[in-house]
Amino acid sequence: MYDTGKIITGLIVFLCLITFPLWYDAFTGKAATKPEPKIITKEKQCVEATPYMRDSHMKLLIQWRDRVVREKMYSYKGSDGKNYTMSLTKTCLNCHSNKQQFCDQCHNYVGVTPTCWNCHIIPEEKS
Amino acid sequence: MDNSKRTFLKVAGISLLGIGSKPLQKALAVNEEPKILPSPDALTGKRWAMIIDMKKCKEDCQDCLKACHQVHNVPDLGNPKDEVKWIWKEPYEKAFPGDETVYMQEYIDQTLKGSQFITLCNHCDNPPCVRVCPTKATWKREDGIVMMDYHRCIGCRFCMAGCPYGSRSLNWRDPRPFIKEINKEFPTRERGVVEKCNFCSERLAKGLIPACVEACKEKALVFGDLEDANSELRGLLRAHHTIRRKPQLGTMPQIYYIA
Repeated sequence: MYDTGKIITGLIVFLCLITFPLWYDAFTGKAATKPEPKIITKEKQCVEATPYMRDSHMKLLIQWRDRVVREKMYSYKGSDGKNYTMSLTKTCLNCHSNKQQFCDQCHNYVGVTPTCWNCHIIPEEKS
Repeated sequence: MDNSKRTFLKVAGISLLGIGSKPLQKALAVNEEPKILPSPDALTGKRWAMIIDMKKCKEDCQDCLKACHQVHNVPDLGNPKDEVKWIWKEPYEKAFPGDETVYMQEYIDQTLKGSQFITLCNHCDNPPCVRVCPTKATWKREDGIVMMDYHRCIGCRFCMAGCPYGSRSLNWRDPRPFIKEINKEFPTRERGVVEKCNFCSERLAKGLIPACVEACKEKALVFGDLEDANSELRGLLRAHHTIRRKPQLGTMPQIYYIA
């Protein structure tokens, strides 16, 4: 094999670079912090169960959006049997009034930027 | 092995019956209640329309315009080129071009000629804006309201070219800084989206009449169901000579003017 030294060194450098996140964590002991969304509300239960909301809230919101705007359906029966108005601002943000501490926590962590807030108004943070 | 053939057919028959009963079972089972329903307080009509009595409308009054703009977060960009219009005033000759025939003149109150007419989206029965929209962001609801889904609008402005009344406006820039007082219950729009009067569909869903109608102290604006023969709207149509904007275009506008 020609240029053994160069190739091996190159490979080692490459491996070091690609595994950087792993040993950086191991040395510093600082893994990326998990998002911790905070909810400030009196209500105990969301319109659906928490696990469902956690992974499917975007689907629910899109369904709400389309049904309200395009089919003028405004009322949603939650899993608790109560009727809710299908509205991001009037229903969701009523409880989840702290966007920075709630929505942004996970959205920033997974790197998504929902366009909701270009038009819908963010409530004032109560902290 | 005659017998086994016979048993086989019997078993096969019974099994087939079993399969057939599945849809039957489904049909007999109690249907799950639908989760999504229309608003219980909503005003329902078969064909919403409006009458504007220009004889009652006061020249210097801005109540209806202000109410609409406040409720719907309509920005005031302070320059006619960027203007966003939901409800606005237009002089007679601009609002009703083509109506200047000799015979028509007799029926129109001469004093109204110089006045400013209240204009808004006509919620046409045959809306050209709907026909040209490539994304179905605008459509005619079954109750006649020409609705707009801002989520789907791509800002191509075909509808603005299609609308003969100038009822549609594009947000050339971010409208947020130009809204004096934001109504938190209604979204604003963003740059690159077309907007127009929605006949207060969000208020109708709550059982309220349009904001402009509610705000008019002179009761010059009347909103109602055209299909309901006993409505105030139909009464006014029966009693007065009314005109519509550019009827010659065949869009069948549903805003009537007593003039």
